[in-house]
Amino acid sequence: MNFKIALAAAIVLMNAAAFAAEECEVPPSLIESDSDLARVAKAIKEQHRLDIAVVGTGSSALPPGANGEDFAYPARLQAALLQLLPGNDIKVAAHVQARQTTADMAAELKQILAAEKPVLVVWQAGTFDAVSGIDPEEFKTSLSEGVDTINAGGADVDLMNMQYSPRTESMLAVASYADIMHWVAQEHGTLLFDRLAIMRFWNDQGTFDLYAATKKYDMARKVHDCIGRALASQIVNAAHLTP
Amino acid sequence: MHANAHTGAGASATVAQRPPAAGGRDLRLDLFRGLALWLIFLDHIPENVVNWFTIRNYGFSDATEIFIFISGYTAAFVYGRSMRERGFLVSSARILRRAWQIYVAHIFLFTIFLAEIAYVAATFENPLYAEEMNVLNFLKEPDVTIFQALLLKFKPVNMDVLPLYIVLLLVFPPTLRLLLWQPGFALMLSALVYILAWNFHWNLPAYPNGVWFFNPFAWQLLFVFGAWCAVGGAQALSGLLRSRIVLTIAIVYLVFAFLITLTWYYESLARFVPLWLSDRLYPVDKTNLDVLRFAHFLALAAVTVRFVPRDWPALKWRILQPAIQCGQHSLEIFCLGVFLAFAGQFIISEWSGGPLIQVAISVLGISIMIAVASLLTWYKRIEGRSSPTRVKTSDADLAGGEA
Repeated sequence: MNFKIALAAAIVLMNAAAFAAEECEVPPSLIESDSDLARVAKAIKEQHRLDIAVVGTGSSALPPGANGEDFAYPARLQAALLQLLPGNDIKVAAHVQARQTTADMAAELKQILAAEKPVLVVWQAGTFDAVSGIDPEEFKTSLSEGVDTINAGGADVDLMNMQYSPRTESMLAVASYADIMHWVAQEHGTLLFDRLAIMRFWNDQGTFDLYAATKKYDMARKVHDCIGRALASQIVNAAHLTP
Repeated sequence: MHANAHTGAGASATVAQRPPAAGGRDLRLDLFRGLALWLIFLDHIPENVVNWFTIRNYGFSDATEIFIFISGYTAAFVYGRSMRERGFLVSSARILRRAWQIYVAHIFLFTIFLAEIAYVAATFENPLYAEEMNVLNFLKEPDVTIFQALLLKFKPVNMDVLPLYIVLLLVFPPTLRLLLWQPGFALMLSALVYILAWNFHWNLPAYPNGVWFFNPFAWQLLFVFGAWCAVGGAQALSGLLRSRIVLTIAIVYLVFAFLITLTWYYESLARFVPLWLSDRLYPVDKTNLDVLRFAHFLALAAVTVRFVPRDWPALKWRILQPAIQCGQHSLEIFCLGVFLAFAGQFIISEWSGGPLIQVAISVLGISIMIAVASLLTWYKRIEGRSSPTRVKTSDADLAGGEA
């Protein structure tokens, strides 16, 4: 009897996991890239470990309380990577602080690199710069210098752009900052996680209704989980690791 | 002319009857400005399938370039005549009055924007977007924000064109004076300011941070170039514009720009753009009117002028009158377009509009713009009729008022 219940529960869980993976699938074209994550590949192949630092602002976290940290995409990324690359020691450390411009974050990078020696830095930027109307030229310089700092510090980079936020689109112009991020990534040959396009895709597909007004955390958690998964598969692809 | 308009054919006949003789109003300007206004409206609705038709997807420049160029052209055409006939003081006073009207229109639009933002702030909440909602923080200090808006330093998204236009008009009296006296020198001076602005990063400050989205020091080049064309530059260029070589270069450049823009939308094509080329191309800077954009506009204009002559018969066709009338009331229709884009976007976000709704909103918006433009044309006509002695003045107003 107990065995039957356990089996039923296992089937339900497996279905739920499969469903969760399917429901927010991302077309490969949105995460494919020509740039390699050579250091990530090396760390996994030679040491079977991977230390990732996520540097970001408010949209890299969920509001505190209700275990925001466990449900935000950095934690979900770690879970997804452990699933994709079993048997490896994978740690994702989140350095997330709201209300930071890209210049603020760039100034912190050296210290993070020295203290933790990550192999990959996922750098989420741009939203707060757009909110505070930072001069795009200044944004470009900070971002460009930050990417150089990370590379010089011995880590690969994955730049993450803004969330797709249709409700604030008429007030918050993210397009020119997103263009700059594309361009900086291309110029430095680094990876870009196009969160903007991916979330727009989910919204268009009806995966998530990103217009919805709600006080609840359910959707926000699901979106972060899906971002964590998509990010994990992008990293695995770009490092040419077959799960 | 107003008194002679036949009642049956209505306002469009009034316009069409204008002889396209030298010195008369060039209807091509009204037509293309009208079309530009429609495109600006469409581009201002971010989620809109109809956007695929607007020219920004087919090259570097977009409707803003057309709008600013034609505005410069008409401003010089109207106020240049006034400056020659009535002197510097009177024409300057008229230009500044125009700048004031645009300022008032801008503040009116800002009020509507504030209402929309306040609504969103009161009704929208989602933990996913805690960071993005920071953009509404300015509502917490309306004293500062509204004051900064009055100073044209705080400018909401998509409300950057009118402040640019205001600044361009404020310095237009001396510019026009110089253009009438030494057109070539004036144009060179304008190009020099453009180059200096690029070299020394000149721009006006914005609130709370950063700079103007349309850098007036850069965009003035297009406005002054338009004005220069109006005061005789177009004739000077006519030989050049007739040459096959220029046409070929223009077409080749337009095709090149089209191919490059394709790679923005089809990531897989991007690999065909060699690195040395993309390093030189990107970013195509809208704020500072990138040379690529300016050149793209010039190429478009050269091809257009070649295939759409001033006495093009189609300019009298009824089907083109709606666009022409919109172009003739550009300030009103521009403001209406910004408002309709707000409203359209609002509907789309309230009801999650699919492609059908987006098409419907686009069509409806342009229809409203056309209806209002023809209403304004009708007003002009009845005003002209009621006081026949003032026909001449009001005629000048039609052109001058819409510069």
